[in-house]
Amino acid sequence: MRPVPAIAATATADPSAPVDRASAARFVDREVVPRVAEYERAGRVPEDLLASVSAAGLWAPFLPVEAGGQGIDLLTLGAVHEEVGRGCSSLRSLLTVHTMVAWAVQRWGDTGQRTRWLTGLASGSVLGAFCLTEPEVGSDATQISTSARRRGSDWVLTGIKRWITNGQRADLFLVLARTERGVAAFLVPRDAPGVEVVPIDGMLGTRSSMLAEVRLRDAVAGPDALLGPDGFAAGMVMTGVLDLGRYSVAAGSVGIVQACVDACAEYTTSRRVGGGPLRDLQLIRARLTDMVTDLYAARALCDRAGRLKDAGAADSLMATFIAKYFASQAAARHASAAVQIHGAAGCAEDAPVARFYRDAKVMEIIEGSTEIQQITIADEVFRRVVR
Amino acid sequence: MSSELTLTEIRTQVREFIAGRYPQQEIADHDDIFALGYVNSLFAMELVVFLEKVFGATIPNQELQIDNFRSVDRMVSLFERMRSGGSPAEAAPVAVSG
Repeated sequence: MRPVPAIAATATADPSAPVDRASAARFVDREVVPRVAEYERAGRVPEDLLASVSAAGLWAPFLPVEAGGQGIDLLTLGAVHEEVGRGCSSLRSLLTVHTMVAWAVQRWGDTGQRTRWLTGLASGSVLGAFCLTEPEVGSDATQISTSARRRGSDWVLTGIKRWITNGQRADLFLVLARTERGVAAFLVPRDAPGVEVVPIDGMLGTRSSMLAEVRLRDAVAGPDALLGPDGFAAGMVMTGVLDLGRYSVAAGSVGIVQACVDACAEYTTSRRVGGGPLRDLQLIRARLTDMVTDLYAARALCDRAGRLKDAGAADSLMATFIAKYFASQAAARHASAAVQIHGAAGCAEDAPVARFYRDAKVMEIIEGSTEIQQITIADEVFRRVVR
Repeated sequence: MSSELTLTEIRTQVREFIAGRYPQQEIADHDDIFALGYVNSLFAMELVVFLEKVFGATIPNQELQIDNFRSVDRMVSLFERMRSGGSPAEAAPVAVSG
């Protein structure tokens, strides 16, 4: 297992200090914003920043205290992911997939699996990645071809997973694979024999999220690889994990909109045109008004989803679909407006709004595309209609 | 198990949950909702989240078998079994849903 390097000099946060929106905001402003352009250009979140995330206790603060987390509620977790998304969608993406893996182990793991993995997932000494998507079928879980079979006491997996966020760096892969009884979830250590990781670079957005293709060639995952039940209930593992990922992406999208508001307010105050600040133009004010209104609406939808999750309400899943649908499109819409407001300055390689624009497009695709949300949300409408 | 509900109350709540999701259908307590074609992965997850809230406990992995969720009757039986200790919840139940 690859250890996280010694904590850098800047990583002085106390992991036992309460994690909440305010602490995440301070972390982002201090550790992320000043350097995000540099590491996005490099296409990799640097190791010392990963260590800083560990030191700040941000990897999996929702895990129970006894597992090394802080037991924070999901409403607060959403706020934390929003703040990280405000600073850097790539880093938020790493948190998203890590959250999915850590939650899955906590929710579905047996005692042995929890004992083996949770403490490392809580501290960040073990980073997780979620492996669903395949080259031929995308994220359609019903069609995946990666297989898992027993060989002696071991589970052996064969297949290719593509577009795996943090695949380049993760230590533990949560892999969906097909067994004789249907699709099931497996915990596959990166250092398992037969696992090969091939970096994917040059993506449109979330450029430092360290995407990879994960190739499993008779990968020997061990006897305790199966996470949770297979068969009928395996679908719940996947549904639950994707729901949490969707919630995180929705929150991160809100963070992008907030970042757009902040950038545009600042730029239009300092930039002068026709003898006055840009912000005095009515058309600029109209755009900012739309941005802020959608910001509050998207945040309210995310908060609703978070509160329903904390209440254990079944409606939380649909609330999350709706939040992600709205927030991701708001992010794309307003990131585009933010670039427009900045003009040529917004088209520069390192311009923050250019990054928001690239990243926001990705938000409309990952964890269920806009079109999948439309199908799912409309299905719910029709399901409840009385004939 | 923290639920103080009676079996009758559990039955009523389960029945109302399913009816609320499929108000256009008449579903009897013994009807197999899977055989009727009503269940997709989203509904299955919602159902488990709902039941865990009503039961006041995490449904253990070994009880997450399709047969336990086929009908209102089967779900009430699952509750009864869990409450009687015939199906002890696993250690460290999570406080989050999803």
